[in-house]
Amino acid sequence: MANLVIAEHDHGSLKAATLNVISAASVIGGEVHVLVAGHNAKAAAEAASQVAGVAKVLLADGDAHAHRLPENTAAQVVAAASAYSHILAPATPYGKAVAPRVAALLDKAQISDIIKVIDADTFMRPIYAGNAYATVKSSDSVKVLTVRGTAFAAAAKTGGSGVVENVSPIADSGVSTFVSAELVKSERPELAAAKIIVSGGRGLGSGEKYREVLTPLADKLGAAMGASRAAVDAGYVPNDYQVGQTGKIVAPDLYIAIGVSGAIQHLAGMKDSKVIVAINKDPDAPIFSVADYGLVADLFEAVPELASKL
Amino acid sequence: MKVLVPVKRVVDYNVKVRVKADNSGVDIANVKMSMNPFCEIAVEEAVRLKEKGAATEIIAVSAGVAQCQETLRNAMAIGADRGILIETDVELQPLAVAKLLKAVVDREQPQLVILGKQAIDDDANQTGQMLAALLGWGQATFASKVEIEGNTAKVTCEVDGGLETISVKLPAIITTDLRLNEPRYATLPNIMKAKKKQLDTLKPADLGVDVTPRLTTLKVEEPPKRKGGVKVADVAALIDKLKNEAKVI
Ligand SMILES: Cc1cc2nc3c(=O)[nH]c(=O)nc-3n(C[C@H](O)[C@H](O)[C@H](O)COP(=O)(O)OP(=O)(O)OC[C@H]3O[C@@H](n4cnc5c(N)ncnc54)[C@H](O)[C@@H]3O)c2cc1C
Repeated sequence: MANLVIAEHDHGSLKAATLNVISAASVIGGEVHVLVAGHNAKAAAEAASQVAGVAKVLLADGDAHAHRLPENTAAQVVAAASAYSHILAPATPYGKAVAPRVAALLDKAQISDIIKVIDADTFMRPIYAGNAYATVKSSDSVKVLTVRGTAFAAAAKTGGSGVVENVSPIADSGVSTFVSAELVKSERPELAAAKIIVSGGRGLGSGEKYREVLTPLADKLGAAMGASRAAVDAGYVPNDYQVGQTGKIVAPDLYIAIGVSGAIQHLAGMKDSKVIVAINKDPDAPIFSVADYGLVADLFEAVPELASKL
Repeated sequence: MKVLVPVKRVVDYNVKVRVKADNSGVDIANVKMSMNPFCEIAVEEAVRLKEKGAATEIIAVSAGVAQCQETLRNAMAIGADRGILIETDVELQPLAVAKLLKAVVDREQPQLVILGKQAIDDDANQTGQMLAALLGWGQATFASKVEIEGNTAKVTCEVDGGLETISVKLPAIITTDLRLNEPRYATLPNIMKAKKKQLDTLKPADLGVDVTPRLTTLKVEEPPKRKGGVKVADVAALIDKLKNEAKVI
């Protein structure tokens, strides 16, 4: 049987997370098909067909998918589901909204945030904010999975020669409508795909200081910018910046935590980074327990100095 | 409008759990248990809806061991009007919980179910969406703002890239994100009052639901530990390490 990947896309192109899910599907084995449920989404479907390892793309193009409402995406997946042993989505807000809905409609369990494929029925996933890894085996005939992007290298964007097949789009569920979106525009790399992340916490004190102190450093490094929950809650930066158990999971080559104490919920989102730097004035801050390089200093002095000397 | 709020009893968020030596699970004996923080936010939101006049009755539901009564009392101390415990010692997985909740929804006919987006023990983030699917209702997940307007809920949801506002027809499911509200502390008089509120106990069989787990946990292990790092003396030393030792810049 084949595996179906639910693509996350913006109709014109694939979101980076989709590439990691395609890799996970390839590890499971069997043909990899990708469902693009979108509106005027031919470009996204074509992009998916080029990805290494993809044999087929199902394009469901219709009004119902203009805003990627989970009720509609899930119904579209279920319409195609009978041909698949595994249905996979990224562990992003979109994937997490859709996958459990699909699973329940199929009367199957769903396995969240897999970080390793042991065999076709068995997967490893973090629990308790990543303080333990559970290996779980499913007795269901269809496995519905969400995939943690940082655990699977992105599939190459080219090299595939999948066929694009049009499938009839389902009708709108009628229970939910899109009203508006307030998306952060940024020239910086996507957090989840960035090589370097400069991340700030409550130690920055305000949104102005967050930007004034961290932006020059992030610019010098070509880095994405992240934050702790405390910094987001206090309104320094938008929700999209939050790294952690309940925010984004990242694993860049270099993660620089500035004025972040290192609560377990924050560590859950970044402790798989290759190199971690912590700058904090409290020598006992728990962030130092995971940092490869710790600098005990006042961030308002150390960070501008670091930016200027790079 | 009746509002149903499912609440889960979990290991307190301040506890760093330990994996059992035999790798069968995490050790939760003698560990502090609390209401899942996201469920607390759900209860608080329901109470605010009631205070605004949008909700008339709040029913808290919990599924699990007998001690979940404490979690329900806690929800009632925050402001839920009554509680339902679905008591079982069987390990409950999200699909089973969603089926139990569907049976309760069928009995109670609420117009809105507010759940936490995830429980901080299994980190599954599934139950609300599954319940929505089983009921054929709309879902607004990861909510950071909720407004009831006639027979719809206008909900701002946290998504990748920022915020998205959707309008969901009632009855509907809402799952809460951290920034929806800050739950109040239960005051002593309210804790006392909560002890007298109605709490009914059911068994999964009373609801006709099969809760047999679909997933078997084969093993639970410690994640790989990071090697301890070093403290550097100053910014110059940090730059030197990053350039010449770690070679990441
Ligand atoms: C259910 C739940 C989910 C959560 N999910 C997340 C999550 O996904 N992500 C997350 O990050 N958190 C999460 N949290 C919150 C987490 O528990 C912490 O409260 C939060 O991470 C703390 O943020 P912080 O480190 O910025 O703030 P604080 O803990 O206040 O730390 C600020 C740090 O800045 C340092 N500092 C202050 N001034 C200076 C200075 N001038 N120079 C240098 N250092 C300075 C201080 O020494 C301190 O260590 C969650 C909590 C709960 C209950």
